[in-house]
Amino acid sequence: MKQDQLLIAIKNLKTYFFLDEGTVRALDGVDFDIWRGQTIGVVGESGCGKSVTARSILRIVPRPGRIVDGTITFYRRLHDNGAGQIEEIDLTKLDPTGPEMRNIRGAEIALVPQEPMASLSPVHTIGNQICEAIMLHQKVGKEEARVKAIEMLDRAGFPQPKQRIDSYPHQLSGGLRQRAVIAMGLSCHPSLLIADEPTTALDVTTEAQILRLMRSLQHDLGMAIMFITHNLGVVAQMCEDVVVMYMGRIVEEAPVDDIFHNPKHPYTQALLRSIPRLGQKTKERRQLESIRGTVPDPYTRPRGCAFHPRCTQRIRGVCDQTEPPWLEVEPGHKVRCVLYG
Amino acid sequence: MTDARPIPDQTPTPDQVESQALDDEILSGGENVYVAPPWKLMWWRFRKHKMAMVSAVILILFYFTAIFCEFVAPYDPDASFIQYKYAPPTKIHIRDAEGNFRAPFIYQTQRGIDPQTLQIGYVEDTTTRYTIRFFVPGFEYKLLGLIPTNIHLFGVPEAGEKQGVFLFGADRLGRDMFSRIAYGARLSLSLGLVGVFISLVLGVILGGISGYFGGWVDTLVQRTIEFIRTIPTIPLWMTLSAALPVDWPITRVYFGITVILSLVGWTFMARVVRGRFLAMREEDFVLAARLNGATEMRIILRHMVPSFLSYIIAALTLAIPGMILAETGLSFLGLGLRPPAISWGVLLQEAMNLRSLVLSPWVLTPGFAVVISVLAFNFVGDGLRDAADPYAR
Amino acid sequence: MLVYIARRVLLMIPTIFLISIISFVAIQLPPGDFMTSYVAGLRTMGENIEQEAIDNLRERYGLGQPVYVQYIKWISGIILRGDWGQSMEWQKPVKDLIGERILLTVVLSLVSLLVSWFIAIPIGVYSATHQYSILDYVMSIISFIGVGVPGFLLALIIMYFAQTRLNLNVGGLFSQEYINAPWSVERVIDMLKHLWIPVLILAVEGTAGGIRTTRANLLDELNKPYVELARAKGLSEWKLIWKYPVRIALNPFFSTVGWSLASLISGATLISVVLSLQTTGPMQLRALTSQDMYLAGSFLLILSVLTVIGTLISDILLAWVDPRIRLEK
Ligand SMILES: Nc1ncnc2c1ncn2[C@@H]1O[C@H](COP(=O)(O)OP(=O)(O)O)[C@@H](O)[C@H]1O
Ligand SMILES: [Mg+2]
Repeated sequence: MKQDQLLIAIKNLKTYFFLDEGTVRALDGVDFDIWRGQTIGVVGESGCGKSVTARSILRIVPRPGRIVDGTITFYRRLHDNGAGQIEEIDLTKLDPTGPEMRNIRGAEIALVPQEPMASLSPVHTIGNQICEAIMLHQKVGKEEARVKAIEMLDRAGFPQPKQRIDSYPHQLSGGLRQRAVIAMGLSCHPSLLIADEPTTALDVTTEAQILRLMRSLQHDLGMAIMFITHNLGVVAQMCEDVVVMYMGRIVEEAPVDDIFHNPKHPYTQALLRSIPRLGQKTKERRQLESIRGTVPDPYTRPRGCAFHPRCTQRIRGVCDQTEPPWLEVEPGHKVRCVLYG
Repeated sequence: MTDARPIPDQTPTPDQVESQALDDEILSGGENVYVAPPWKLMWWRFRKHKMAMVSAVILILFYFTAIFCEFVAPYDPDASFIQYKYAPPTKIHIRDAEGNFRAPFIYQTQRGIDPQTLQIGYVEDTTTRYTIRFFVPGFEYKLLGLIPTNIHLFGVPEAGEKQGVFLFGADRLGRDMFSRIAYGARLSLSLGLVGVFISLVLGVILGGISGYFGGWVDTLVQRTIEFIRTIPTIPLWMTLSAALPVDWPITRVYFGITVILSLVGWTFMARVVRGRFLAMREEDFVLAARLNGATEMRIILRHMVPSFLSYIIAALTLAIPGMILAETGLSFLGLGLRPPAISWGVLLQEAMNLRSLVLSPWVLTPGFAVVISVLAFNFVGDGLRDAADPYAR
Repeated sequence: MLVYIARRVLLMIPTIFLISIISFVAIQLPPGDFMTSYVAGLRTMGENIEQEAIDNLRERYGLGQPVYVQYIKWISGIILRGDWGQSMEWQKPVKDLIGERILLTVVLSLVSLLVSWFIAIPIGVYSATHQYSILDYVMSIISFIGVGVPGFLLALIIMYFAQTRLNLNVGGLFSQEYINAPWSVERVIDMLKHLWIPVLILAVEGTAGGIRTTRANLLDELNKPYVELARAKGLSEWKLIWKYPVRIALNPFFSTVGWSLASLISGATLISVVLSLQTTGPMQLRALTSQDMYLAGSFLLILSVLTVIGTLISDILLAWVDPRIRLEK
C-alpha cells in the first residue's frame, strides 16, 4: 500500500485509568495502522481495551482515564487545497475539548457506538440530533441540514425518513435506531468510521441487515471502517484485515484469511476454537472450548506475556519472564509470541 | 453444567498438569480476594470517608450523653439558680489574673452593671477562683435507672450554690442550659431511633409485600405512599399531635408522637425496601453467583443479605434526621412534647420569646445540637451508602 | 397528551376524597361534641346564644347523626355552597378567614421554589461537571449545612441578628398600616419588601436539596452513552452538557414539584410561626391549640388539595419536557 494511503498510525499508545484502587492499564502499548478505505476488524474478549482504543482515537477517554504515552497520527487530506495535500496531526497533542479536535471529531472520524438504544438522547428527536451534527461541521442552515439528514437516513435504509425524522428514539425499533445512529455518523462524510460493536444489541436478522448496509455504504462513500467486535463470525464477513487484542495490546495482526486459516498466536487459536463452525458434527461441537480461566484482573498484569497463565503452549521460564517480541512472520502477518522467535 | 471451566478429555501432558496446578493457584487466589467478607469490605470503604468517621464519633458522644445524661449533666436540669437568670456561658480560664497558668477554672461572677456598656451583666470577681474538677459529687440520681450515685462528669464542687459552671449559659429561670441539653438528648435522640424503627417495621412489611407480590398489591401500596407524601407533613403532624390528649403522661405522648411521625416515615423505608428487592433480583453478582453454581441459600446469605442490610442501615441512618427535625419542630410549636418533658424542641420554645432570644441568645444552643446531630447522621448515612454500594454514586 | 392529563385528573379524585376524610377525622378527633364546646366557649366569653341558633348549627352539621351523614353534610357544604364551617374562636365562617392566608402561603412557597431552583441548578451543574474541584467541595459542604439547619432555626437566628444588630423587627409580611388594608398596588409592594426574608430562609433548604439532586442526577447522566455520542459528534462541552444531560437530569425536578411544594408548605408553616407571617401557619397553630377544629381541618384539607394540584401540574410539566411520557399511548 502506498504511503499516501495511510489514514491513521497508532504508535505505542498507552491509556491508563487512575482509580483509587489502582491504575488500570487499559491500553499498554498499542500499535497499528489504518489505511484509507480499509475495513479493519479489532477483536478480543470484552475488557481487552477495544472501546478504549476507539475512545483514545476520538480523544473522548472519560476521566479518570488519560492517554499517558504514544502517538495517534492522523493524515488529514485537505480537500480544498487540490488533491494530494496531506496534513499530519498528532491527535494525542490536541486539547480534547479544543476546537481542532472537535473539528476532527464527528467530521473526519465518526463513531457508531455500542448501544444504539442508550446512545440517543431520549428527549430529542433523531432529526434534531442528526441535524446538530451536520450544522456543526458544514456551513448549512437548518432547512438544508434537515434535507441532508433526510437524505442520509434514506441512504441508511431508514424507511419513510421524511415522515419519521421527527420521531423520538423510544418510538423506533433497535434496528431503526442503529440506522439513525449510522446516518448520524456518516452525515459529515468522515474518512474513518469507528463502529464499536454496532450490532451486539441487535437480533441476528437485524444484525445481518445492518452489516450489509455498512458494507454497501462503505462501497459508496469510501471511508475506512474500524470495526470493533468480539464476534469472529462478523469479522469474517466484514473485514479485510484483523488485529487481535489481549489485555491492552495487539497480539496478532493479519489479513482476515490468514487469521482464520493460519492463526499464529495461541490466543487467536483459542478464540477461533471457541466459535462453532458450520458443518461440525454435534459430537465435535460439544468439544467447543471456551478459553481457560478468565482475563486476569486489570490492576495486575501478569509478567512476561500477559496471556501466559491461560496459554496451553507456554514455556516455563520464558513466557512468564520475558516480553514476547513483535514479529513479522509472513508479509503483513505479525504476531507477539515467543513461539515464532 | 455448573462448572464453567471445561476439562480437556485427552490425557494431559506433564506440562499441562503443571500449568493446571498453576491455574488453580491463580484462579483460587483470585476467588479468595473476591469473597473477602462483605462486612469487612464495607468497613474498609466506610473508613475512607473522613467526614463520616468524624460524624460517627460525634454521634457516639451524643448517644453516650443521652444514655448517661444524669452523669454528664453537672446540675439538675430543673434546678434554678435564681441569681443567675439569663447568665451567659461561664468563661473557663486557664490563666489567672496574675498571668499564671493553672488547671481550668472559673471565677465567681456577680450580677452588676457593665461599666462600659452600662448594661446589666455578670462581672467576674477575679479574687475567687473555682477549679473545674472531674468525677465530682452532685445531685443524686440512678445510673441507667439502677445504680444510685451522685458522681458527675465535671463540676465546681467548691462553689456550692454560690456559683455554677454554665457551659452554655442559663435560661430565663437560671437553669443550666448544658444540663438541659444533655437531658434533652435523651428524648430527642431516642425518638429518632424509635421512630425510624417503627417506620422500618412498617416499611419492611409493606414494602416487602409490595415488592414480593407485585401486581395490584404493589400498585395499592405505591398509591398509598404517593398519597401520604402529597399531604404537607407539618400541617398533618400538627393536626394529629394536637389531637393527643393534653393530660397524657410524658411517655405516652412520646410514643404518640413517634407513631405519628412514623405514619409518614414508613413510606420512605417502604420505597427503599421495595426498590432494593426489585434491584437485587437483577443484580449481576447474584447472577454470577448462580452461574458459578453456588446454591440459592448461599447466594442469599453471602451476597443478598449483607447488601440488603447495608442498604437498609444506610437508609435508616438517613431517615433519623428527618425524625429529629420533626420532633423538634412539633415540640417547638408546643404540639409535641410539652414541659416538664425536656427535649431539644421543648428547649427551643424558649427562643420563641423575643425577649429571651435577645437577652440570652444561648437559648438557641439546643438548635445547634439538633443541627450537629442531623448533619452527623447525614454524613454517616452517606458514608454507609457509599460503603454499601460504591458504584451507585 | 390529553388522555394523559385526563387520566391524571381522574386519579386526583380518589386522592382528594381520601384527604377530605382525613381532614374530617381531624375535625372529629378532639373529645366531645363540637357544639358543646362551641357553646361552652361562647358562654365563657359572656355571650349568650339562642337555642334556635344552636339547633340550626346542629342541623347544619348533622350532629347526633351517624358519622357518614356528618361527613356528607360537611363535604357537600364545601362543594355545593362553599361553606367550610364555622370558626368558634373567630366567630366567623371559615372561608372568610382563610382566603388571603392561603394565597400568601402559596405565593411564599412558589416564590421560594423558583428562587431555590434558580440558584440550585447552575450550582449543581457546576459541581457535577467539576467533580472533586475545590468549589465542588465548598458547595457540597454548604448544601449539607443547608439541609441540616432547619428553617425555623435559621429564622430565629436571623431574627436575633436583625433585632440586636440592625434594630429591625423582621416579623410579619406587611407594615403596620397595611396589615388590614384591602389589596392595592402599595400593599403588594409593601408585601414584597417583607417577603424576601422568609423566601430566603425557605429557599436555603430547597436550594441545598436542589444542589444535591442536580449534582447526583447529573453525575449519573454524564456517563451515559448518549453524552459520549454527542461528544463524539464534536459538540463543545458547554453546549452538549446543557442540551443533553442537564435536560434529562432536571426531570426529577419537575416530577417532584408536588412533593417539594408539600415540604415547602411544611417549612413555611414553621417559619411563619416564628416570623409571625400572615400565612396559614400561625392561624392553623392557633386553631389547633384552641381546638377550633373546622378552621384547622379546613387548612389541612386546602393545603393538601393544593399540593395534589401541584403534583398534577408537575406531572403535566414532566410530560411536556419528556416525550417518553408525553407520547405514551
Ligand atoms: N471509565 C472507566 N473507568 C475505569 N476503567 C475503565 C473505564 N473504561 C474502561 N476501563 C477499563 O479498561 C479496560 C478495557 O475496557 P474496554 O475498552 O471498554 O473493553 P472492551 O474491549 O470490552 O471494549 C477494562 O479493563 C476496564 O476495566
Ligand atoms: Mg467495548
